[in-house]
Amino acid sequence: MRILVIEDDAVLLDGLKVGLGLSGFAVDTVNTISDAFEALASDRFDAIVLDRMLPDGSGLDLLRTIRSGGNRTPVLLLTAKDEVTDRIDGLDAGADDYLGKPFDLDEVSARLRAITRRAEGRARSELKWSDLALDPASMTVTRNGNTVSLSRREFAILLTLMESPTTIHSKQVLEERLYGWQEEIESNTIEVHVHKLRAKLGAPLIETVRGVGYRMGRA
Amino acid sequence: MMRSIRIRLFFILLAATGAVWLLAVLWTYLSTQHEVERVLDARLTEAARMVSSLITDHRIDVAAAVEAAKGSELQTSFDMPAGDYSRQLSCQIWSLQGDLVSRSESAPNASLADHEQGFAEKIVNGERWRVYAVVNPALGVRVLVGDNIEIRERLVGDVIKGQLVPALAILPILAGLIWFSVGRGLAPLNRIAATLSLRSAQELHSLDDSGAPPEVRPLLQSLNALFQRVQEARDREKTFIAYAAHELKTPLAGLKTQAQVALRSDSNEVRDRALSQISTSVDRTSRLVRQLIDLAAVDSLEAASAPEVVDLADLVKDLVSEMNSLRSARDITVATEIGHGLRFEVANKTLLRLALRNIIENALQYTPTGSEVRVLGARTNSGLIIDVVDQGPGIAKDEEARIMERFHRGTLAEGHGSGLGLPIVEMALTKLGGRLDFVRTGNDGFCVRMRIPAM
Repeated sequence: MRILVIEDDAVLLDGLKVGLGLSGFAVDTVNTISDAFEALASDRFDAIVLDRMLPDGSGLDLLRTIRSGGNRTPVLLLTAKDEVTDRIDGLDAGADDYLGKPFDLDEVSARLRAITRRAEGRARSELKWSDLALDPASMTVTRNGNTVSLSRREFAILLTLMESPTTIHSKQVLEERLYGWQEEIESNTIEVHVHKLRAKLGAPLIETVRGVGYRMGRA
Repeated sequence: MMRSIRIRLFFILLAATGAVWLLAVLWTYLSTQHEVERVLDARLTEAARMVSSLITDHRIDVAAAVEAAKGSELQTSFDMPAGDYSRQLSCQIWSLQGDLVSRSESAPNASLADHEQGFAEKIVNGERWRVYAVVNPALGVRVLVGDNIEIRERLVGDVIKGQLVPALAILPILAGLIWFSVGRGLAPLNRIAATLSLRSAQELHSLDDSGAPPEVRPLLQSLNALFQRVQEARDREKTFIAYAAHELKTPLAGLKTQAQVALRSDSNEVRDRALSQISTSVDRTSRLVRQLIDLAAVDSLEAASAPEVVDLADLVKDLVSEMNSLRSARDITVATEIGHGLRFEVANKTLLRLALRNIIENALQYTPTGSEVRVLGARTNSGLIIDVVDQGPGIAKDEEARIMERFHRGTLAEGHGSGLGLPIVEMALTKLGGRLDFVRTGNDGFCVRMRIPAM
């Protein structure tokens, strides 16, 4: 899942980038509203983590602007202002969830998974396809009850495919969802990961639609 | 300590009433004395003339005339209380040769008068007499009619006594009435005191002064003004605490997140990086806390009445050595150009120190690594100018007003200020009567200029 974190405190921003990365998110970071607009204009994110007070303005203004522009990306608002009225203002401005500082890294991950799940219209966090089950929270994949050990990238690709199993995901979309801006991507990276996934789960599970991309196949 | 207003008023009123009374008694005494003298003198004259004319007519003999004169006492003059006034009038008839022809029963044998005619006073046998003499040339006699002055005085004394005795009897009642009335009069004050004593520390709303007596209104208005000032001070404090808490939450969130990263990661590299981030953040947060304390200190400090002498070069040296770790970490040279022994008087040394400290710290923080910060001090006609010049990006022109707001961080500078430095400086300078200017000197860097007026 690709996340944009908008926060001006450098230490916190760094902690979120590394910490959410450890939880399987691909994290991009910006520290001003103007940079955030640029990032949102050029890329698609699965969720946004937004600080309320930014050096060049209010996070709520940014939120209102992108919502009025039709952007429906789920937003988790981070704020040091933790009064009821602040929370109401944040939610009314278009935030999907709200977290007061300081927070627990796991809670940020959980809330991000929750708001993306809601945005996709799913009720349960666990994803199922055929005899395969994937739990985003614990980053585990089981097949007939047996755990399958996957790397972080393999897990992320499988998660993306299982979120909308019948959709065809292009190589470019998968790359975007897996990697932040600063990360170097080899041209055949996705192919290598898909190859390893097929080796672990059985070839028919991931179907190649030639010239277009990948989708889940009948095992 | 002042005595109770009630007791004060009571004694003042009692003394004033007493004084008025005493004056009234004195006036009565004097006027009664005068009146008694006038009336009784008139009676003496009349009695003497009557005796004289009676004996001239030969209708009665001298002795009988004297008795008649005695009976003509003017009983209606005064309504006198008890006291024996019956032997008041005495009459003597003397031949012109100096023999006593006749006298009334109460009259002494010795002559009541030595003078020829008219009024005179004389002491006879130890008693003082007021005597009227009339000469009857036809019969060759002199008629003397006299009043015992002691009796006259007793008459006046009785009148005064008649006034004083009831007054003294009424005095305790009057005292009671005054005590009660004063108490009633002070009731509005008691009501206000009762209202105030029932208030909790949170109730700082104004007292209603519409129904208050005009004398109490200034007091109420002053109290209300005080309430308002206290309320404002408390609101400021509340806002400050809320802001401070708010400002501390972000670095805390950063610390917690980095700590969780360090705990969770198996990679030494990631862990070390997280720990070094924690260390940086702790330094930064300590600075924030120190500045919050500075801000509270500046807020509570006032310019002292007695000026304090400051040696500027010493002060700058002190401050720079205090911030030596920051200076050396960023490899910055500090050059001071301050007139040798530039000493001047300032209203409060601590305020100046806090202001200068934050400006120098900002300069050290935002000037590029390895560059120079200059501190210049000069005396002018109107006071003192201190310039702190750094090579950093400074503050955008359109941001100058907002930069003084608490927790507003400049957008030009990279780095992590608390947004408190310049507000501290400005508040301290305002209290010293000085001001803060930003001077852009082109290639020379960004200059923050403090002006402090001479004391």
